[in-house]
Amino acid sequence: MASAAQSRIKSISYAKYGYMFIAPFFLVYCFFQIWPLIYTFILSFKGNQSNNAAFVGLDNYTTILFGQGMAAGAAATKAEFLQALGNTFILWFGNFVPQILLSLLLAVWFTDAKVKLPGKGFFKVVMYMPNIITAASVAALYVNLFGDSQYYFVNSLLMNAGMANPIHFVTDPVISKGMVMFIQTWLWFGNTMIMLMSGIMGISPSLFEAADIDGANSSQQFFNITLPLLQPIMVYTLVTSMIGGLQMFDLPYLYHNGSNFSRSLETVAVYIYFNFNKGTVEQANYGYAGAASIIIFAITAILGSITFYMNRDKDAIAKKKQRKMAEKQQKARAKQGGGLTI
Amino acid sequence: MSMKQQYGAQKDNYHKQIMIKSTIILVVCILLTLICLVPIYILIVNATHTHTELAENPSQLFFGGALGENMKILTNDIAEDAGKALRRVARQYSSVFNIGRGYLNSLIIAGCTTLLTVFFSALTAYGLVVYDFKLKGPAYTFIIGVMMIPVQVSSAGFVRFMYSLNLINNFIPLIIPAIAAPAVIFFMHSSLKSTFPLSIVEAARIDGCSEFRTFMSVALPLMKPAMAVQAIFAFVQNWNNYYTQNMILKNDKMMTVPIMVSKVLQFDKDVNYGVNYLCIALSIVPIVVVYVALSKFIIAGVALGGVKE
Repeated sequence: MASAAQSRIKSISYAKYGYMFIAPFFLVYCFFQIWPLIYTFILSFKGNQSNNAAFVGLDNYTTILFGQGMAAGAAATKAEFLQALGNTFILWFGNFVPQILLSLLLAVWFTDAKVKLPGKGFFKVVMYMPNIITAASVAALYVNLFGDSQYYFVNSLLMNAGMANPIHFVTDPVISKGMVMFIQTWLWFGNTMIMLMSGIMGISPSLFEAADIDGANSSQQFFNITLPLLQPIMVYTLVTSMIGGLQMFDLPYLYHNGSNFSRSLETVAVYIYFNFNKGTVEQANYGYAGAASIIIFAITAILGSITFYMNRDKDAIAKKKQRKMAEKQQKARAKQGGGLTI
Repeated sequence: MSMKQQYGAQKDNYHKQIMIKSTIILVVCILLTLICLVPIYILIVNATHTHTELAENPSQLFFGGALGENMKILTNDIAEDAGKALRRVARQYSSVFNIGRGYLNSLIIAGCTTLLTVFFSALTAYGLVVYDFKLKGPAYTFIIGVMMIPVQVSSAGFVRFMYSLNLINNFIPLIIPAIAAPAVIFFMHSSLKSTFPLSIVEAARIDGCSEFRTFMSVALPLMKPAMAVQAIFAFVQNWNNYYTQNMILKNDKMMTVPIMVSKVLQFDKDVNYGVNYLCIALSIVPIVVVYVALSKFIIAGVALGGVKE
């Protein structure tokens, strides 16, 4: 009886349920993401401000990339955009590298069964904590701690210790970039660490035990077991961090005193935001904002594909190739054999 | 005898190495702990000092007694005969920073988005893992692909589209898009793939359970650990989402906590250091308290629900 019921169930097609279950995602995604994306693309070919409805072709792109647009101040627009693009990459790279190194080191330490570390749970909780704090509040906190004059915490401490002049942590173009990188790392290293830790803990402990018995030291274990098996999560971390980096907004946008925003922290996301917030909602610089968005989209797509391409499962691909080669050879041999029969 | 001599020395050496390594790790961890905690501590300490105290000595290290005073300025609850300057300061701060309203708005947005994200991502991931259909592969590839598209990329079009739908100053553009969270689906998909026993679905079918009910009462309870982790991440992310909120919400009544903090940061004059710190502390401390209360569960949940390849 049971087997009859089972075979009847097997013969029913459940495909329609699959479509039903994934439909809400696709409907909402298309309405709130895909259409706005297409719309942004369309806007990037249209004019700015009162010229909003006019089709201007590639004018916005040539303006922000080469300063050759028809609008007045094209050269300044280009300078601003290129600076924003440069800032974005500097700020992302400057926080990603220390962040991944620190997180990886901590993750390996915390998962090492041989190391006796008291209060491991406490450290994990504390290190993850900055990540749950609102970036806007963090920016406000650091601006209030690291203000430029002797009236702020850090400079007051330094000057009490004998320094002559306050350090311009907020307004200096170079130091403020360094501060944003530091704060970004401060915010994210705990999160990355826990993600990598859960990856390492997913690796079968018997592999480490076997390596131990074979006499591998901890750096050998790290490079030959942990790192290769961690690759999928590392790729995920890299990709998410890259997305986060390219859209970095809250910290650079808010890390300044009062209403005088400093250009040296302007990222592309800030540039886009400034442009579609110029003037009224109907008459903002949608053209420039759209063009900048599409450029960022293209950069994300290219970087993302490169990362995935470089991190493909090389063994699987090599095996597939080998199998195909073997099949071919077999076929060829069969043919040959067939031809040889007398 | 000779064996003990030979291996005893090696063993001692081995123990010494581990001791040294453990000590280095402990020192690094304590340093990082200080880097994480000291800014928060100073923040809370400074929120308890008056503007005058902070202007005289900005590097206060211990608690003061002016928390109530700062709170009164922030809520514009000051005596008529207090100086004109102080009344101006109080009006300025209380006009942008209404903590009760900010919490309510932030809670509504973060709560609703979390529920939608977790439920619909579980539904989508379940649909992709359990059923076989023609477009299954392309659908999954699509989700992985769009995971990489930053929000900012479509924000110009998003704002203009929401404007044309008359949804500026409305919570809908902040809540409904949460149904589609590719990254959460990716996580749920991989956790389902590695842990979910498909035979359980067939067993439910034989017992006459409908497909949707199988999902609701068989799959969802099994997915709880993964969902809990994703719920925490989703809540934090949406609570902290200053960018989209700032883009859509222009009305004072709809302001969320991050927007209020950013407004306080932009004052050019009549800045009161103590009240500044109090505003930031009010935005940070409750989250930290909730986090500490849930931390064991959060950290354990992260370990349970992380990607396992």
